[in-house]
Amino acid sequence: MSPPTSPILSVQPTRGLVDEKLKVVVESLPPGSPVTLHSLHHSEDEDYWEAFGHYVSDFRGMVSVSEDLSFGGTYTGKEDMGLLWSMRPVPGSRKGLRLRKMNVCSPMLHNISVYSGHVSEGFREQTPLTSVLVERWYMAPGVKRIDIMEKGVRGTLFIPPGPGPFPGLLDMWGGGGGLIEYRSALLASHGYVSLAMDYFNSQELESADLEFKYFETAFNIIKEHPQVIPDRVGMFGLSLGSLVTMHVAAESTIVKPRCCICVSGSHFYPNTFFCIAENNHHVWRDMWIHLLDDPSKKVDVGKINCPILLVNGKDDQNVPADECAEDIALLMNAAGNGHLLSRVLYPDTGHLIEPPYSPHFRASNFKAAGVATKTVMLLWGGQTKPHSDAQEDAWRKILSFLQHNLYSSTPPRAKL
Amino acid sequence: MDRKRCTLKLLVQPSRGLVDEMFIILVQKAPSGFQLTVHALHKCEDGHSWEAFGHYTADTIGTVNVSEDPSLGGTYSGVEQMGLLWSLRPVPGSKPGLRLRKMNVQIPMEVTISVYQGHQTEGFMDQVPLASVVVERWYMAPGVSRIPITEDGLTATLFLPPGPGPFPGLLDLWGGGGQLVEYRASLLASHGIASLALDYLTAKIIMETGKMVDLQYFEKAYKILEQHPQVHGSSIGMLGLSLGTSITLKMAVYSEVMKLRCAVCISGCHMQPVDGSVEEILKYFNQNADRTRISEENELIWRDVLLPVPSDLAFKVDMGRLKCPLLVVVGEDDQNWPASESAMDMEEMMEQAGNSHLLTVLSYPKAGHLIEPPYTPHARASLFKSLATREKMIVLWGGETAAHSRAQEDAWRKLLVFLKENLYSGSNPGTTSLSHL
Repeated sequence: MSPPTSPILSVQPTRGLVDEKLKVVVESLPPGSPVTLHSLHHSEDEDYWEAFGHYVSDFRGMVSVSEDLSFGGTYTGKEDMGLLWSMRPVPGSRKGLRLRKMNVCSPMLHNISVYSGHVSEGFREQTPLTSVLVERWYMAPGVKRIDIMEKGVRGTLFIPPGPGPFPGLLDMWGGGGGLIEYRSALLASHGYVSLAMDYFNSQELESADLEFKYFETAFNIIKEHPQVIPDRVGMFGLSLGSLVTMHVAAESTIVKPRCCICVSGSHFYPNTFFCIAENNHHVWRDMWIHLLDDPSKKVDVGKINCPILLVNGKDDQNVPADECAEDIALLMNAAGNGHLLSRVLYPDTGHLIEPPYSPHFRASNFKAAGVATKTVMLLWGGQTKPHSDAQEDAWRKILSFLQHNLYSSTPPRAKL
Repeated sequence: MDRKRCTLKLLVQPSRGLVDEMFIILVQKAPSGFQLTVHALHKCEDGHSWEAFGHYTADTIGTVNVSEDPSLGGTYSGVEQMGLLWSLRPVPGSKPGLRLRKMNVQIPMEVTISVYQGHQTEGFMDQVPLASVVVERWYMAPGVSRIPITEDGLTATLFLPPGPGPFPGLLDLWGGGGQLVEYRASLLASHGIASLALDYLTAKIIMETGKMVDLQYFEKAYKILEQHPQVHGSSIGMLGLSLGTSITLKMAVYSEVMKLRCAVCISGCHMQPVDGSVEEILKYFNQNADRTRISEENELIWRDVLLPVPSDLAFKVDMGRLKCPLLVVVGEDDQNWPASESAMDMEEMMEQAGNSHLLTVLSYPKAGHLIEPPYTPHARASLFKSLATREKMIVLWGGETAAHSRAQEDAWRKLLVFLKENLYSGSNPGTTSLSHL
């Protein structure tokens, strides 16, 4: 008896960085046969996430995800990375989930499988034709991870492999608080000494007070590190982290960042985080719009004197990023340093502009550190496909901006 | 070059790859026409350091691409995409006779790739490179399961590919050095073949009883594969290197139990007492031990011990009775076994018997005995512990490094195609997924 025809699935690379593209190819299928390509991920929080696409094999019995079109599933069309960015919690999961890797020393594991026919549900009850396991890493080999607990600063430092010295980055997330390492690990994998900071924690800080000295100290920890080029340290913030970035860049007499990246940020200081319920999702965007008229509530961005890149989504439901970017441009132009500002604004893109190929969440559970005492469902915004495109495009532009301003030996220019 | 202003970038893709995957090494943003050395350093499980290096000159835009640019000198020269791995050799001052073999396949080989200023040939450890990255080389793809097998008195490890299966199976045998060597089986499982690495010389049962195994030992291993729920029982092959080929040929031709779908013999021969098991085979090899020669460097040359090819049919496997496809891989500079002479005799026997259509011989000029998975260092000679005498001596395997490495690369690719063609049905060689090799 001869063995059954077995389709052959190959996914390259089997162990890649999270921002590397995958090449998914299925061979030895019957010609013209409908198949479903499926990816499954079991998160650290024990939830299951999946994505799938419906394909038809060609006359040679082959499907190539980067060249063929998906005709249904969680993504359609020619989408080489659809099996990752279109992932969503499996039916029956808890609500309001967000996928974030907390332990960056281990990879994210994805089961990529081929099912016969165009399947849309019940994947767990069927046996696939074939499947492979793929690792996605936030940390390249040789990147060192060092716990930092000095001078009152709590964070994690990631150092690229090699002798250095390297440019540095202070990396700050938003109002959710906690120590989120994955973006720093990824930045170190691209050659930047990166400090992920835990700065918004109810144990250390009072409500929305942001200790200025804390950030200056953190910046200097990077700057004084033996493997860091002292005049090549930048700042990278998302959401509240953007506010911190702009504030420090404008007001600090000690800290002089070489460049700044502000993702989904606003430039005004909120007094309190108050919430307006809408569709059971808390929308914070609109409450802040009126603050735009009050200059005393805003960061004096006219004083920023380094290149600054703003990355925003037009459908940001958390922060009025678009309107803020406009206002920042006005203020900087008026101060004569508008040439330092670059802005990218993505349509149908929400607040959480993360490294590429990570799933999109239009809304998720949120517990504001030290402020709200309960978990709410917060609306971030964005439509999955355009938001994912924005993440991919923004990351490339961010890396290029950093390369130009922190690595290049020519004097930095603001425009990309 | 001013270190503070050094903007040279080094990129190796993939940073985590399988041992048989090629990588791309790019140096960018060096000064135009800059002379540099790309260096690889690996510290093996035994604690020894291995290095390789190539001399390059950056082009007008300051780029060096190791897959396209020629190395002007070093441990390899010319355009050699993988030269930094296959030309690895022990660092100066190392003890002689070393051989690089990965025993723990669950963790990767780590290689540090660095760029040094100028065309250097020594003293790398005393300098600070301009840039360096770490690359992982794995013998096991993600999702491959490693299952130790101890039932039926076996000492073996089964590697299962990820996925539901069922998969074709393979028995994987190494040579006279013994031990349970897993890396080739784990790599084959990474290519979709359920592979069983079998220790048949230093197995627990041998250590305990003091007796060599009989042929049933191999048949038991075959049955483990055949009966495994994730293995397709009628799709089992066998692969042997060196002494492993003696067993492979014997079982392929004479075993009533083993129904092999195909067989691969690397650096082996068909000369053995037809009616013997392992013990008799080893005795047969030792009877002409006086034909051992010594090279100028005091290395043992054993190839003559098995020559000439006998005409007495009691001492060679009856190849005319072989019923499955056979791939024979031979290094023409094999100083350990007369693999070439044996291959020629096997071909003659099969032509006379009318089954030579089953035979494919891959014969590589200037390749030696140890034809291993690609991009791993070549050992022309190394320390070998004889199981009979318990002595360690330096044995000459043969092969000229660059030619041997090319042979390893070509043989591996052809071996995978051969296995997939014969173990899977309905697959065309043209559609076999080898694009990453």
